[in-house]
Amino acid sequence: MTKTLEVLSCGPAVTVQDMGRSGYLAQGLTRGGAADVRALFEGAALLGQSAQLAALEMVGMGGSFRATADIRIALTGATMAATLDDVPLVWNASHLMPTGSTLKIGGARSGTYGYLHVGGGIDTPQMMGSRSAHLSAGLGEALVAGDALPIGTDKGSTTGMSLPLDDRFAGGHIRIITSMQTDRFDEETCARFATTPFRRDARGNRMGVRMDHDGAPFVAADQLTILSDVIVTGDIQIAGDGAPFVLMCECQTTGGYPRIGTVIPSDLARVAQATSGAALTFGFIDLEEARAIEQRAAASNATLSAQVVPLLRDPHSIRDLLSYQLVSGAISATDNPFLSEE
Amino acid sequence: MAEYPRIRRVGLSGLLVQFGEEMSEPANRAAIALRAAVEAQDWPEVRETSTSLVSTFISADLVAAAPEALTEKLHALLATQDWYSAPLPAGRTLWEIPTLYGTDEAPQLEEAAEAAGVSAKTAIAELSAARVRVLTIGFAPGQPYTGELPPHWNIPRQQALTRSVPAGALVVAIRQLIIFTNASPTGWRHVGQTAFRTFRPDSDAPIALSPGDEMCFPSVSAAEYTRIKAADTSGNGGAQRSVLA
Repeated sequence: MTKTLEVLSCGPAVTVQDMGRSGYLAQGLTRGGAADVRALFEGAALLGQSAQLAALEMVGMGGSFRATADIRIALTGATMAATLDDVPLVWNASHLMPTGSTLKIGGARSGTYGYLHVGGGIDTPQMMGSRSAHLSAGLGEALVAGDALPIGTDKGSTTGMSLPLDDRFAGGHIRIITSMQTDRFDEETCARFATTPFRRDARGNRMGVRMDHDGAPFVAADQLTILSDVIVTGDIQIAGDGAPFVLMCECQTTGGYPRIGTVIPSDLARVAQATSGAALTFGFIDLEEARAIEQRAAASNATLSAQVVPLLRDPHSIRDLLSYQLVSGAISATDNPFLSEE
Repeated sequence: MAEYPRIRRVGLSGLLVQFGEEMSEPANRAAIALRAAVEAQDWPEVRETSTSLVSTFISADLVAAAPEALTEKLHALLATQDWYSAPLPAGRTLWEIPTLYGTDEAPQLEEAAEAAGVSAKTAIAELSAARVRVLTIGFAPGQPYTGELPPHWNIPRQQALTRSVPAGALVVAIRQLIIFTNASPTGWRHVGQTAFRTFRPDSDAPIALSPGDEMCFPSVSAAEYTRIKAADTSGNGGAQRSVLA
């Protein structure tokens, strides 16, 4: 029988996401996929599986879920209040979710995008080579109560593991590099951009995040004559009113507003996760430094599993008591024929 | 004034070859031809390619490899021919898409006609007879930017956006026509309505149009449009398609 994850209730913006789809730029479709790709790597490390597997992305708040078999789950990204049959669960950790138990994931405590991973991955049908919903393109839909999501074959069995919490959920400094239209802005404007404190505007989603600032708008030299041209995720577009928009994973493929620079991929999650009002600054780094940072980030993603540690045992903490039970053999191997290692 | 074609680095995402500062037919053709040539090279570091109005984007992992080597290869490829006189791709399609002009379905026909300095009747006749080319696909999946219309159709976008035009809307500005993929706010004027779907996610061929394809938007009556909408569930909206030699 196919294992499924049932959605009992959920917030307005819970979708299936993976690494997104490539190969469709020429046809007007951007990559999409998880807004916080690092979270996909963390979920994969916690469950000892591929980061290519799909998870649920929950914007601002999660929902209530029940599984039709014992499954393993991991919670990553923005920390949200989570309970399993009313027992609090540790975030950035893996847990056993027994058949029929109810997982409740509430509002985000810090950050914006939380992730629920399952052992074996969410196994909904692929659409154009990916399971990701791309709502701005009209591809896929947000989850609603009553949905039942198929779960793939789980080749692992370990739960009760955790990763250290990252600091990417509260804004901060964003590293950017020049791009094809940076020279449309004069040096003084670029310098002012790099020294201006910004706040994340309430207007922000998977397409783009608007930045507020005090002071003069940022203007390109010949703003009105710029022809529509290719957009890539991370581009910082200066809209008609002089406010920057960081274009995110579900942005359009082309646009006519000038781009002052591009956020390096490693720092995009920090932009995505910043909550309304969070303070951000942008600073240019050179190409070689950006390449070195991204090479280190790729290596770090690939070796995240080395940082996975068992949840600490603390008898005074209910949540850790739960983890103690889990690592001590509360896993039912009989309900799930796939739990044994291959 | 920079010399074209020129190569620009796009963040860490790849390289862009720009063929001009503004829209022109030869530069658009050059961009499409260069894209095909890059695809034919099958360079291992190239992930995918696309075109905008007058540029070709070559997506490549600039983290794994610095841009210099790919830039050199592109310069060498650019030197092999005059891209501005490149022929259009083979196997293009002509799409004739029945369009309902004006009425409540497309309420900005008269406004657009006035901006173009013609009567509503003349506007329908001109747009209905125009044969335009898909200059680029972008903004939304499968969404074509087509052109170019005669010079008097160089009408500006509206200052204030229309709150939403529906999928299949035919809109006009700056000598170009677009069929919208999804309901969307826009500064372009909504002059016609089609039942054509530019993006069909459940189909084996989700994107119907390709850059270089040609399009006509013959006028049909409200009754005929209603009939087509009910009868053709393929997404083609009653369109006739033929292969261009």
